[in-house]
This record gives sequence, C-alpha cells and structure tokens, in this order.
Amino acid sequence: MKKPTTTVKFQGTPEQEKQLLAAIEKNRDVPGALMPVLQEAQEIYGYLPIEVQKIIAKGLDVSYEEVYGVATFYSQFALNPKGEVAIAVCLGTACYVKGSAKLVEKITEIIGVEAGSTSPDGKYSVEATRCIGACGLAPVLTINNEVYGRLVPADMPGILEKYM
Amino acid sequence: MIRSHVLVCGGTGCTSSGSAKVIEALNTEIAAKGLADEIKVVQTGCFGLCALGPIMIVYPEGTFYHSVKAEDIAEIVEEHFLKGRPVARLVYHEKEADASVATSLSDTAFYKKQKRVALRNCGVINPENIDEYIAVDGYRALGKVLTEMTPDDVIQTILDSGLRGRGGGGFPTGLKWKFASGNRGNVKKYVACNADEGDPGAFMDRSILEGDPHAVIEAMAIAGYAIGADEGYVYVRAEYPIAIHRLEIAIKQAKEYGLLGENIFGTGFNFDLKIRFGAGAFVCGEETALMTSIEGHRGEPRPRPPFPAVKGLFGQPTVLNNVETYANVPQIILNGVEWFTAMGTEKSKGTKVFALGGNITNTGLVEVPMGTTLREVVEEIGGGIPGGKKFKAAQTGGPSGGCITAENLDTPIDYDNLIALGSMMGSGGLIVMDEDNCMVDIARFFLDFTVDESCGKCTPCRVGTKRMLEILDKIIAGNGTLEDLDRLEELANYIKSASLCGLGQTAPNPVLSTLRNFREEYVAHVVDKKCPAGVCKNLLQYVIDADKCKGCTLCARKCPVNAISGTVKQPHVIDASKCVKCGVCMSTCKFGAISKQ
Repeated sequence: MKKPTTTVKFQGTPEQEKQLLAAIEKNRDVPGALMPVLQEAQEIYGYLPIEVQKIIAKGLDVSYEEVYGVATFYSQFALNPKGEVAIAVCLGTACYVKGSAKLVEKITEIIGVEAGSTSPDGKYSVEATRCIGACGLAPVLTINNEVYGRLVPADMPGILEKYM
Repeated sequence: MIRSHVLVCGGTGCTSSGSAKVIEALNTEIAAKGLADEIKVVQTGCFGLCALGPIMIVYPEGTFYHSVKAEDIAEIVEEHFLKGRPVARLVYHEKEADASVATSLSDTAFYKKQKRVALRNCGVINPENIDEYIAVDGYRALGKVLTEMTPDDVIQTILDSGLRGRGGGGFPTGLKWKFASGNRGNVKKYVACNADEGDPGAFMDRSILEGDPHAVIEAMAIAGYAIGADEGYVYVRAEYPIAIHRLEIAIKQAKEYGLLGENIFGTGFNFDLKIRFGAGAFVCGEETALMTSIEGHRGEPRPRPPFPAVKGLFGQPTVLNNVETYANVPQIILNGVEWFTAMGTEKSKGTKVFALGGNITNTGLVEVPMGTTLREVVEEIGGGIPGGKKFKAAQTGGPSGGCITAENLDTPIDYDNLIALGSMMGSGGLIVMDEDNCMVDIARFFLDFTVDESCGKCTPCRVGTKRMLEILDKIIAGNGTLEDLDRLEELANYIKSASLCGLGQTAPNPVLSTLRNFREEYVAHVVDKKCPAGVCKNLLQYVIDADKCKGCTLCARKCPVNAISGTVKQPHVIDASKCVKCGVCMSTCKFGAISKQ
C-alpha cells in the first residue's frame, strides 16, 4: 500500500499535546496499548504526523520504528491531514459493480485531485474507501461524513458545487 | 397509554438515507400534536430491505412505510396517527400496478422465504435498551447455562447442533470450544469476537451489532463459561461507528444489570468484555492476525500450529468466533439441538445471512435456511435484476470466493456445495452481476483488493498476487496473450498452496473461478482484443452506424480530440487512432447512431 510520509508542516498546539499525553497515560497499562493510543491521537490531531508518533513512542516506551510500523500498516491511520472537503468514494464490491470507479474518474476530472491524495492548497482530499456498509444505496460516497447514495457520474457536478 | 408503536430503522443503510432526521421529525411532530403519551417512536436495528430505506413500521396495524423523508412526517402524523388513514403513496406495495393492496412486512416476497435466527431481533427491539432484549428472552440462555448446565454440557450442545463458523471457513464451532476447554480454572483464557467484517460488500455482522448487540455479549459469556475464560474482546471495525456506539451502550447496561462482571447470576462466574477497534486491514479478519492486532502490533498472521485454542491472544488459549456465529448460540441453548438441526442441509445446519448487493432489485440483508437455492435468493427474495438485464453470475465469499453461474442457480446453498462450485460461503456477501459486468474486470477488482491488503509477511502472497495483477492489467490493456492465461493459472495454484494464511491461500480464487466459468471472455480480451461487456476502456471502440447517422455534425463538434470527421448530412466516421474513448459522442448523439463495441 502506498503510504507517503508526512508532507504538511506540523502545527500541533500545546492543548493537543496535553490531550495526547493524557491519552498515553490513560492507556499505559492496557495490554496492546499502541493501537488505542494511535486511534486517540488521530482523533486529537486528525492525522498522525511524525512528531506525534515520536511523542507516543517516548510515552509508551516503545521504539519509534514500531510506532511507525503500526501507523503505516493500517489504512485508517493517515500520515497527512484530510482536506477541508474530504471526499471518500466507496469502492467495495457492491458499489464497484454499480459503477463507483466512474464516480472517482468524474471527481478527478472536476476538481483535479487523484484518488488517495490531497490538493496542494489542502482544500480537497479524495479517497477510495473500502465498504462503508451502505450497500443498499450503492454506489455511495461521503463528503465530510454526509452520505450520498444511488449516484451516477452526472450527479457529481451538482454535489461538488455545494462544497466549492 | 401507548396505543401505537412506530419502529424506524436506525441501521447504517437507513441512517445514510436519512432515518435520523425522520425520527427527529416524528418526535417533534408527535409532541406538537399532543400525541407523545399515545405514540412511541422506537429506533431499531436493520429490517434488511436497505434498498427502500428509510423504513418505518407502525404497529399494531403493521403498516409498512418505505423511502420516508422528514418532509413526509407531518402528513403521516396528521393523516395516519390522528385520522387513521395510512398515507398510501408511502406504503409498500408488492406490485407496482396494484397500489390499493398494501403488503404487510411478513407477506412480502422479500421476507416470506426468510427464516430469521441470527437477525431475529434486528428491526424488532430497541438495541439501546437492555430491557427490550430481556423481554424477548434475552440473557435467559446465559441463566440456563450457568444454573443448569456444566461447561461440558454446553460444548456438547454446540457440537450436537452442528453450528459452523459463519465468518468464512465453516469450522465446527463446538469443536473449537472443545479444543480450548482443557485445564479450566488453572489457565488464563480469552474469548474473542471477530467483528472486523472485511469482505467489501458484506454487512451482516455490522447489522447484528447495530440491531442486537446483547445477543453477541450473551453468547460470548456462554463461550467464556464453556471454556473457562473470564475475559473477552470484541474486535470491531472502526468504520462502523453506529455498531461501536451500540455495543458500548450494551456492555455498560449489561454490567449495570450484573450480566457481565463478577459473580454473574450469583453463580461465582466472572466475565468481563472489552472492545478493540480495527483500523482498516482486511488481513485482520484472519484469526491469528486479529489477535496480533489486539496485542497492539502490525496485524500480521502467525503460522499455525499452535492454533489459537492452544496459544492465542497474549499467548493464552483463545476461542474466536464471528458475530453471526455468536448470534446463533443463545437460540441453540434456548430452543434445543433438534430445533436447530431441523433447519439446513445434512452438513450445514441452521440459517445463513447474506448481504445481497450489486445489480439486484432488493439490495439488503436476508437470512435463509441453509439449502435454499441461489435462484430463490436472487429471483424471489432479491426480486431479480433491474432493467430487464440478464443474470450473469453471483459472487460469494468476496475476495476469497468465486462466482456462480446461471447453470448452477438451482444448487442448494451450503458450505460444501459452494466449495464444490469453486467458490465459498465466506462471510455471506452475495454480489449479483449482470451482462454489463466484465468478469475479467471483476477478477482484477478483487485481486487489486488483495494486493493492497496483503500484509507482506510471506512471499507467495506479497509478490505472487502482484504478478497476477500485472498480467490482468496487461490483458485489460489489450496486450495479453493466450500464454498469459496459462501463466495466471499456474501462479494462482502456487500462491494457493504456498501462502501462510487464509488471505493468500484464497486470493487467487476469483481469478481461477472466472477463468473456469468465463474463459471465453478472457479469450475475447486476448485474442479478439474485445471486451464483450464493454467495460475495459482500452478494448472499446466507438462506432457510428452509417444507416442511423444523419450527418448533424453534433458529435464532431463535441469530440474533445477531433477524432470524428464527415461532411454535413453524410454519415460521419470515428478515427480510432485519435479516439480517447471518453464517450461524449455517444451521449450527445440524438439518433442513437453511436455504439461501443
């Protein structure tokens, strides 16, 4: 799986760091604490920049390599922040056979952002996700957690316009 | 006094269609009309018919509303709840033509042939209220087990029931429990639940957790008693926020009621349950990888033996079953072995939940007795294929399975028959494909998925699947040869026999299965350089039918690369070497003269 390293400048606040340290403290004695801590860290920062991974490594007393290894293994962990408009197109089987790949093409054509990347200005991110379980509405996509279902490529300009 | 109950589906499918807004509007409108003491709105789990969501049922009369919008609520409250006249345009009608006949839920073709065991409470009770679960015999099985049965009795019952793992492999559940049952009381053991539903296109486990979370908790406690474990983990996909939320509520309520925790039912049995979130890795559906992930590492599988029953989570004996398997357990304990074995086929007892998806009218969740034929599921329950298209194949078992063709539609579905057909039960995803789906493209889709999800630990899977994908890409690009087909098959067999875990051992199945059943489509791709279904872009040619073309020049003007030439009022032609196959000409032609071949 392609996992680029963090390309965005780290802008964490002291408040976020306080929350992160609290999350580390809370989970310290939990067996297998790394995953829950990474999940909470992603909640706090929205993604897992290297700086955050290093704090976690130190806090849990594991090597940074191990933290990085886990962070890059799972597709839910992001090394780059999502766009202000986070578009996620479901490419699960049910959506795929109903043409969701064509939705991705259309979105890329309209906003010029390829699946799996974020636009340079940080405004849009496009992601091809696994099944989100709304197979009855296939093909579906979500924009900032709002679900749009039963789509055809021709619907895309109208939907994206709302976020431009 | 409550005179009417309004059940609204709060599953992920209907929530995505806006059921939360419907519930909000209902509560506001009912309060505004002063009916709050008479009409109760209940948010339930999944009804199954996701295609028509949001779904809403009004009891006692059983009026079945579908595709309800928040805007419709004022009318429903005014007309139905106040005046007693159901809003006909939103009531479900089996036959479009006869709108006067309202069909009740249980009489619809979608529900009639179903037998709900694992899903029995989904769409019936409020999953966020433990009292409703208890009212439908909830936790009675746990009580029976703890007060009337020995741990060995429990294992024997599950063995006798013939229950097999619903997550994929179909391994006998009772046997798993038996293997882990030795040395009770002296060794720390775990019970784990696999709710990391990775098959893209399967969502029954999510629906059970959303609609009936206590059934899973109860079954895990029963398993804990049977093997002598006092701690359990549910490993659930982080992509399922509603399921997680309801499971958290359910665990909290069960603890408050003393149904989890210490000294359950005063019998001295202790059992505690924790939730762990997956983070989007398909391989974590494999049992050893799942345990490695709970331990906080990269979710890579371990060689077996030792099996988890001997050395599992944190190195201790562990029983791992999936959600649907657990959901059957309390029912088997309560209703007995005979009741359960009366359903199903000789070697596959009980029912199976399928997630019907793809090109089918009634997409949604169905539960049928094992041995039901695929034809009954697709044509009767599923309502056939929309748009009068022809059935081509049904894919079961997701990325690990294969396709079943029209000739085999009458095969009774059970574990062994599906394997004999070169597919597998898997977790129960059932994706219907019609004539517009290209089987080479579908095989590529699944392989692309497994390449992406291969953990990289063993070479056959990491490198082999990638090589297979490259060959498929070559075929789809129009550069394939007949030798490539043989090479695909050869590689597939190596990967199957040499991979470490279930992911790699089954990853080539979609390719092998489509090669076997649709070889002519592969041959069309490599020899004729054509995609019969018209999906593979590089193999498409847009052609203008000279008889239909009026020479209006519209297509030539719209073509972004000036590939179309011709004079006014004369048939035009497309220069295939310039054409980028964008399809604009075909959609602009007013005479239907352009087709893709």
